[in-house]
Amino acid sequence: MGNYLLRRLVIALPSLLAISVIIFVLLALAPGDPFSELATNSNVPPAVAEALRQKFGLDDPVPIRYLHWLVAMLHGDWGFSFASRIDVSRLVLQRVPTTLYVIGSSQLLALAVALPVGVYAAMRPYSMFDQVANTIAFIGFSLPTFFTGLLFILVFSVNLHWLPFVYRTDIHATGWHLYWENFKQAIMPVAVLGLFQGASYTRYVRSAVLDVIRLEYVTTARAKGLDERKVIIKHVVRNALIPVVTLVALRMPTVFGGAIVTEQIFRVPGIGSLLIDAILANDTPVIMAVTFVFACLVILFNLLADIIYGWLDPRITYA
Amino acid sequence: MNEQDIRNLITEVKAGRLSRRAFVQRMIAVGLTAPMAGMMLGQSGVAMAATAIPYKPTKAGGGGPLKLLFWQAPTLLNPHFAVGTKDQEASRLFYEPLAGWDSDGNLVPILAAEIPTKENNGLSKDGLSVVWKLKKGVKWHDGKPFTADDVVFNWQYAGNPATAAVSVASYKDIKVDKIDDYSVRVTFAKPTPFWADPFVGVYGMIIPKHLFADYIGGKSRDAPNNLKPVGTGPYEFVDFKPGDTVLGKRNPNYHLENRPYFDTVEMKGGGDAVSAARAVLQTGEYDYAWNMQVEDAVLRKLEASGKGKISIVPTGNIEYIALNVTDPSVEVDGERSSIKTKHPLFSDPAVRTAINLLIDRDSVQKYIYGRTGVATANFLNNPKRFRSPNTKYEFNIAKANQILEKAGWKKGSDGIRAKGGKQLKFVYQTSINSPRQQNQAIIKQACQKAGISVELKSVVASVFFSSDASNPDTYTHFYCDVEMYTTTMTQPDPQLFMNQFASWEVATKANKWQGRNISRWQNKDYDNLYRESQRELDPVKRAAMFIKMNDLVVNDHYILPEVYRPRVTALKKDIVAPLSGWDNDLWELANWYRET
Repeated sequence: MGNYLLRRLVIALPSLLAISVIIFVLLALAPGDPFSELATNSNVPPAVAEALRQKFGLDDPVPIRYLHWLVAMLHGDWGFSFASRIDVSRLVLQRVPTTLYVIGSSQLLALAVALPVGVYAAMRPYSMFDQVANTIAFIGFSLPTFFTGLLFILVFSVNLHWLPFVYRTDIHATGWHLYWENFKQAIMPVAVLGLFQGASYTRYVRSAVLDVIRLEYVTTARAKGLDERKVIIKHVVRNALIPVVTLVALRMPTVFGGAIVTEQIFRVPGIGSLLIDAILANDTPVIMAVTFVFACLVILFNLLADIIYGWLDPRITYA
Repeated sequence: MNEQDIRNLITEVKAGRLSRRAFVQRMIAVGLTAPMAGMMLGQSGVAMAATAIPYKPTKAGGGGPLKLLFWQAPTLLNPHFAVGTKDQEASRLFYEPLAGWDSDGNLVPILAAEIPTKENNGLSKDGLSVVWKLKKGVKWHDGKPFTADDVVFNWQYAGNPATAAVSVASYKDIKVDKIDDYSVRVTFAKPTPFWADPFVGVYGMIIPKHLFADYIGGKSRDAPNNLKPVGTGPYEFVDFKPGDTVLGKRNPNYHLENRPYFDTVEMKGGGDAVSAARAVLQTGEYDYAWNMQVEDAVLRKLEASGKGKISIVPTGNIEYIALNVTDPSVEVDGERSSIKTKHPLFSDPAVRTAINLLIDRDSVQKYIYGRTGVATANFLNNPKRFRSPNTKYEFNIAKANQILEKAGWKKGSDGIRAKGGKQLKFVYQTSINSPRQQNQAIIKQACQKAGISVELKSVVASVFFSSDASNPDTYTHFYCDVEMYTTTMTQPDPQLFMNQFASWEVATKANKWQGRNISRWQNKDYDNLYRESQRELDPVKRAAMFIKMNDLVVNDHYILPEVYRPRVTALKKDIVAPLSGWDNDLWELANWYRET
């Protein structure tokens, strides 16, 4: 096991390196300039913009800029944001709690809906419940989040005046009131994201369970006279979870990466909106840091998924 | 209107029966400029009073929270680093300049005790220096007194190129001396008619010496107070999350009595303009939304729900079409659109005149911009005193056809006019933005009816407006026959704005296309007038010069002004907020209140 982990980590290194080179070169080749606002501002002499470019080493050749970035990253320095003139790590860390809260809850909501609905639907395939669940799930993941988001705003904010549609991180309240306000403003973004994800999870869970439930060992378990609940939970779901785990593990990094569209609609200050702002402002150090962290998480969670397989299915060994 | 009529009107103004502004407007209607009108009033004993700012509350505080919504989020809080308007506005919550600009382009004292004039010996006769008297008893939020040392420090700080301040242009060529604790002298290198630039308005916000003194030059980015402002403004800093929110609370020691009205202020950033308009006009979650770049039809629909109102104030920003003076298809010394070439079609004045007649400005205003774009024939529109009364615009396809026919451009079998083997065909580019594409279509259609073939090109805004010297699609490269965009005027004085037609400002390969003259239009008379206006101290003569410069540009038909763009803001119905197109929206934040 230890050997396996080590091997996987060693393989991960070159892929991370390659990813960082690709992102860096792409950003360097993309049009746009972090100081373009300065250059188009008639009040700023070109010399100042030029001096800034030099100070931040923007005129150096790309390989040298990449090496600078890499060395700094290895020292734990994520770089310095051109737009905010502070360290990127501070910017990112500020966004982590909100992102985890909103996106994390939406993933939990998605699983909480998908697991029971998917399993139940698979237990009674082509029943009324299965048909309805399938149809709703189909509609759910066909509708893009920007559409459902706007729909929710129109219904719950504009017409019913129940929920606010601007997410605030600075609510002046204490105790229960604070929790209530925080809960209230998260309802719409969490619901939009959670139901979208939940819809596709449901279909995966259903088909995974359906695959397993017809196998002979399930029939054997039932023939032994085992309680139906035990059959489903211990024998069916556990085996059916393997593909689901892969799916969820691959989605996990997005919990940190945020949801760009939904965050923009509800003004949730998560990492996704930080990324989009940085892209619009050509703030390359921030884009670089966020995408790179994202890449690391993808690799990490892939590894995690592989380890969970071993726990779910003892037949899988790591030799 | 004869002399007696004017005198009667002046008497009316003196007696308070006619407003100053109404008088000035009548004078403009008969062809006089606003400053001339102002001078007449001044000589008749009517004081140059700045517009009074309405303020009703009788005590400070008690107004609850003020909630401001910006669809671009502020990223930093040092006014000298504030690149975009969003950052300037965020800094303006806490910092103040010596004076600000009201919507008519008048100066209003903020940290200054009074506006320097010749009468109070604030302005020297030779135009070389200004003496600012500072308000006494003003305190920084940390309790330290605000003095002349702070003002002098801001000059040293921003004027140092190593600080890399965006305000550097206002401070690098001046000298600032402390006369005593409450007065400073600003000395210019040469006679300067537009003296109200340093320490005034957007780039004039003053930061405290005692907190920034150790961070001049290269160390400027390390100052802890870059993110924790300590200013003199109506609100004290509470919290800042870059790219998200800024929070402030009422400054109990604010230097204006009974102000500010609100107990806290919250500035939330992010999202998009339409939903920001919705949050103010439709749901009323917010009190103010910034920069409503939203189609007027949508704004009207949202306004109809009755929760808020749209405020529109004039600015000098203008959407215009530039015909390339040079030839974009020929390469000279590694650059196209070189100043050494001439455009094969537009060098014929008949073609330019015809194209000018083919721009349906009224339709562009009516169907595209609504209240957010006003059709105009002038390049320089505001403040009113600089607006030329001599120019007109017309939309007339028949006349355009006639002019082209007369100049020898005959229609070919394909319906396109040609002369000497050259077809009337051009490429017309702008940035991707839905009103602009509609605008392009309107013009293309009209041109077709006159036998001109137009090919439309749209470039992503982030590329079009970038300063990338290696990208040929930027607006400054102008590797195209015709282009359209908005040029912005940041100050009420047109000096800087009008340098975009000076010969020495032409964007070329040599200056990495950083020159401000993008159309490459050059004119000796214009250059001379521009230089004279830099020295002319008499405001009336100077205004006349700018009007003449405008006419020179506009009547040559290379530069075709289309609509000028006022500043559009959404306010909740009960909010009273004096806004100005010549300063930040929050320039008079201390005077904002809620009507009850």
